[in-house]
Amino acid sequence: MSYTINVNGRSQSVDVEGDTPLLWVLRDVLDLKGSKFGCGMGLCGACTVHIDGKAARSCITPVAAVGSAQITTVEAVGETPVGKKVQEAWMQLDVPQCGYCQAGQIMAASALLAIKPQPTDQDIDDGMSGNICRCCTYTRIRAAIKQAAGLPTTDTREV
Amino acid sequence: MARMRADDATRTPAPADTQLTRALGESVSRRGFLVAGAAAGGGLLLNFSIPGLAAASAPPGTPAKAYPLNAYIRIERDGIITIQAKNPEIGQGVKTSLPMIIAEELDADWKDVRAEQAPLDPKLYGPQFAGGSFTTPMNYEPLRRVGAAARQMLIMAAAQTWKVSAEQCDTVPGKVRHKSTGRTLGYGALAAKAATLKPPDLHTVKVKDPKEFRIIGQSTPGVENPLIVTGQPLFGIDVKVPGMRYAVFEKCPVFGGRPVRANLDVIKALPGVRSAFIVPGARPTGLPDGIATSLQDGVAIVADTWHQANQALQKLEVEWDEGPTASQSTDGFARTAADLAAKPAGKVAHSDGDVQKAFSTSAKVIEANYEYPFISHSPLEPMNATADFRDGKVEVWAPTQNPGSNHALVAKVLGIPEANVTLHMTRCGGGFGRRLGSDFTCEAAAISKMAGEPVKLIWNRRQDLQHDYYRPGGFHFFKAGIDAQGKLIAFADHFVTFTSDGEKVSNSADMAPTEFPARFVPNVEYGVSMMPLGVPTGPLRAPQSNALAFAFQSFLDEVAHAAGQDPLQYRIDLFGEPRKLPNPPGPGSRFMPLPPFDTGRARGVLELVREKSGWGTRKLPAGSGMGVAFYYSHLGYFAEVVQVTVAREGMVKVDKVWVAGDCGSQIVNPSSALNQVQGAALDGIGAALGQAITIDRGRVVQTNFHEFKLLRMNQAPPVQVDFRITQNPVTGLGEPALPPVVPALCNAIFAATGKRVRKLPIDTADLKST
Repeated sequence: MSYTINVNGRSQSVDVEGDTPLLWVLRDVLDLKGSKFGCGMGLCGACTVHIDGKAARSCITPVAAVGSAQITTVEAVGETPVGKKVQEAWMQLDVPQCGYCQAGQIMAASALLAIKPQPTDQDIDDGMSGNICRCCTYTRIRAAIKQAAGLPTTDTREV
Repeated sequence: MARMRADDATRTPAPADTQLTRALGESVSRRGFLVAGAAAGGGLLLNFSIPGLAAASAPPGTPAKAYPLNAYIRIERDGIITIQAKNPEIGQGVKTSLPMIIAEELDADWKDVRAEQAPLDPKLYGPQFAGGSFTTPMNYEPLRRVGAAARQMLIMAAAQTWKVSAEQCDTVPGKVRHKSTGRTLGYGALAAKAATLKPPDLHTVKVKDPKEFRIIGQSTPGVENPLIVTGQPLFGIDVKVPGMRYAVFEKCPVFGGRPVRANLDVIKALPGVRSAFIVPGARPTGLPDGIATSLQDGVAIVADTWHQANQALQKLEVEWDEGPTASQSTDGFARTAADLAAKPAGKVAHSDGDVQKAFSTSAKVIEANYEYPFISHSPLEPMNATADFRDGKVEVWAPTQNPGSNHALVAKVLGIPEANVTLHMTRCGGGFGRRLGSDFTCEAAAISKMAGEPVKLIWNRRQDLQHDYYRPGGFHFFKAGIDAQGKLIAFADHFVTFTSDGEKVSNSADMAPTEFPARFVPNVEYGVSMMPLGVPTGPLRAPQSNALAFAFQSFLDEVAHAAGQDPLQYRIDLFGEPRKLPNPPGPGSRFMPLPPFDTGRARGVLELVREKSGWGTRKLPAGSGMGVAFYYSHLGYFAEVVQVTVAREGMVKVDKVWVAGDCGSQIVNPSSALNQVQGAALDGIGAALGQAITIDRGRVVQTNFHEFKLLRMNQAPPVQVDFRITQNPVTGLGEPALPPVVPALCNAIFAATGKRVRKLPIDTADLKST
């Protein structure tokens, strides 16, 4: 069946079954490989995209449910001011280790900053705990979110 | 201390006639380069074999206008320098750090440097694997010489151009300078001439005084960060080949089982499915010795999209011949361990003095049993590989830590010469030891051959969790004796572990006879008993050490408390005066000589972490406590302190971790080093708090991350890292920071609650206040 979805500002027609997760449409039909497969159950956040600006797990979002919503992926999030700042902070603070989860982390972080431009450590815990980093780069992810927000990168949870 | 098992990374034996570490292969020996060798006393010396060949050859794919100075370095006319990173990048940062080492001695300007993954060519590059934290210690000194030799060739080229002697020239970043006149020539302008010159004698090539370093020691962001943050295709799972289909592969849920029949006709009729078939496994499959696993029996489904293949999998019905492992379970292991512990050990692995006599004269005897579970690697990028088999040849793309072994096993499984296998290394979405295996690559190759089409095989998360080779569980039955002054005089461990073949201990389930505190206590006995195991096991980040540190350093904490002494000082006292004890030759010595264990370095990091953490002087709120542990693994010395708060309901909140580490005279890339150490410490905390693989009727119970819990942001404490720089060889950081954090956490829980954690993962129900 054919679906027309809006991805990164472009209208795209895809011929897939309606229950196909958005993740696989992005990766294998539209060849946008930035969103990653980790768990297939919305547990790890590697597949995080924005749907109408909100973080969503594309691995459990059927393409039929997307409708006319605006989908943004990591490939285009740098075109938004917040996304650009987040990507820059990620590079400046040298966040990645293996890098596999980082697209999802960046999408979750930019969605968080859109709602909470000055996040507290608690906000970061709340907003980011759905995204697993197997390399455990959490220290840097936390600092990079603060840097993108223009906040001091110090950990206010220090004991 | 635990032996290193990273040698398992390659099964090819090293030449018996040499103790040389073949760090650089012929890349260098063939054209005047070097191999690093053993030095008495454990330092690295360099032995050079001088080639007759002057012409440097370039790796395949070298652009026509680039001039190779050796197999690692090519320079373009515009001054862009491309440097090969020989080993796989799994998140440990070597695609950045290895080129930094070369660039430093080449005296390049880092902004002109492009890093490239070297092709798999062990003849040219020596061993190419990511394991055992070996990349840095094996390659640091040799790669300095690679860079220095190329720099010398550029100096010679300039000297010839100017008709002056080489001694009159030096370099500034990216340029050769004539010292007296100050005139310069850029490396780009000199490259064509330099590439024709004979490489210098590496015995004498001058390397920099580390005081002059401009690149090594500078925090340098990962070279692929710009691609990562914009989601560019880098990983194995991102590979795309023309005409490619997608495959899933289902193996028997019971390890070692095989399919008898399946509803293949039903599957073939499902949407998008192109073929479905039973794949006969290789004999032997490599099970249960995890990393040598090649091809197990299973059922393949090939479809137009991966989602269709995975959907079809949900409809797959297979009659399995489950085999003998179906009788094994986690509960059964615990019962067998208790039975074995009640009997004399199967084997005495180490014995000093007379422990029984010493126990009888001890002022106090302490006994405790420790237990840890099987755990999974679970890198976030699930196992996958892409293969294109045609005309008796195969091309494979694999996110692998161990390309040489993958290459060899693919050839074996397909029954074709190794020359007919081309393997492309991709960036790996995490390794942790899992990608030392070859199963996923062999499966993709076999499926492509049988399907007659190029395929990308991706495991789903359930398959990844249920067909890992696991960090083996284990049981320790400890007994210690202290004298009236609290001094440890007798120490015994009955280690109950597993055997897969009835003879040897299972992969990564063994313990070195010199495991600490052996050699530091006059009376020691280590006994080992084994029970049969059909579940595959293998190395997981800091293999053996990640489990042994928990058991030994927790029990040692019990001993210190029983002695009424400060647990940190107790460890320092055990190590005693600074001295060096030889490391027993282990499998790791195949790759490089293992330096002795230096008690002064152990003491050094314990003292540093005491100072940094405010040990013994910090005011702690009620319900909080601090714990310490030390562990030596992968040539690194790490002491760590954890502070926790345990709630009335038993919930554990890790407040902070302090890490003090000693990995020699130089941190190559401080930014990456800090990231590795923080990550390793948090990784250990994650395992201790939530991870266990449970076996029931020979199969893994856990199916996804709601059941096998990885650490999350809200559980990740601040981690302060301090390095103690010592004049010792430069060693690796992927692993050694992990082991001590687990016992430090458990010892902190004891300090906070008075309750000992003797079984992992930590059960918060046991920590409830009454």
